[in-house]
Amino acid sequence: MLSKREKEVIAEIWERLTPVAEDIGSDALLRMFASYPGTKTYFSHLDISSGSSHLLLHGKKIVLAIAEGAKDISQLTVTLAPLQTLHAYQLRIDPTNFKLFSHCMLVTLACHMGDDFTPVIHAAMDKFLSAFAAVLAEKYR
Amino acid sequence: MVEWTDFERATIQDIFSKIDYDVVGPAALSRCLVVYPWTQRYFGGFGNLYNAAAIISNPMVANHGKVVLRGLERAVKNMDNIKETYAELSVLHSEKLHVDPDNFRLLADCLTVVVAAQMGGAFTGDVQAAFQKFLAVVVSSLGRQYH
Repeated sequence: MLSKREKEVIAEIWERLTPVAEDIGSDALLRMFASYPGTKTYFSHLDISSGSSHLLLHGKKIVLAIAEGAKDISQLTVTLAPLQTLHAYQLRIDPTNFKLFSHCMLVTLACHMGDDFTPVIHAAMDKFLSAFAAVLAEKYR
Repeated sequence: MVEWTDFERATIQDIFSKIDYDVVGPAALSRCLVVYPWTQRYFGGFGNLYNAAAIISNPMVANHGKVVLRGLERAVKNMDNIKETYAELSVLHSEKLHVDPDNFRLLADCLTVVVAAQMGGAFTGDVQAAFQKFLAVVVSSLGRQYH
């Protein structure tokens, strides 16, 4: 459960990351591909090498979607409705992978924010990303 | 037996030679207790764990964090023998401490975040993968003697 304060902090952080969405997103994806090679199987149609335009575009897309969700966390189900459908019926990414990506996003944020990524912020962010992933998988079955 | 590439060996030795155990250990353990509060169940005798500030400044948590990191050093020094190195500790955590082995993974994740925050850009995807592989072997070895 996210407190009011936690929601504010989360919204503020993602607002600040929006201008560097490409860097944050592609960094998290690259980390995931390096640590969990099985995740690459969902990207056989793209060039996911470091610095590739596909990777930057895709990273940007993901971060902007997360940032959008962060603006009003209590409305996640509404905000993510189209993405829920996309993931359930077209992409059909196994939801375990959402956990792997979330973990890598936390590491990206740690590298990016250093000491500012405090335990309290880490906890709030982990809760938010877990909620985000859960909503994303809601239409799967 | 675990196969380590030269890069992985070098990366692990490098990371552990650079971190201050007395800072990283406490930071990782206190982070774990804050981010995954249910892990506090194993620390009933540690005094005030009421909120994040209390946990982070708790001297018993800090002390235990140092113990854990020094324990991790044994694996760093015996990378080809981690399973055997931790056989006794595994029995201890199972038979005496009754720790759910899932918790080892949670602490490992927090340690990864602490090291990442410290190393910044130097903690690349490949370095992360090597570090996580090492921690995965440690976690597996600690859970090995449970029955």
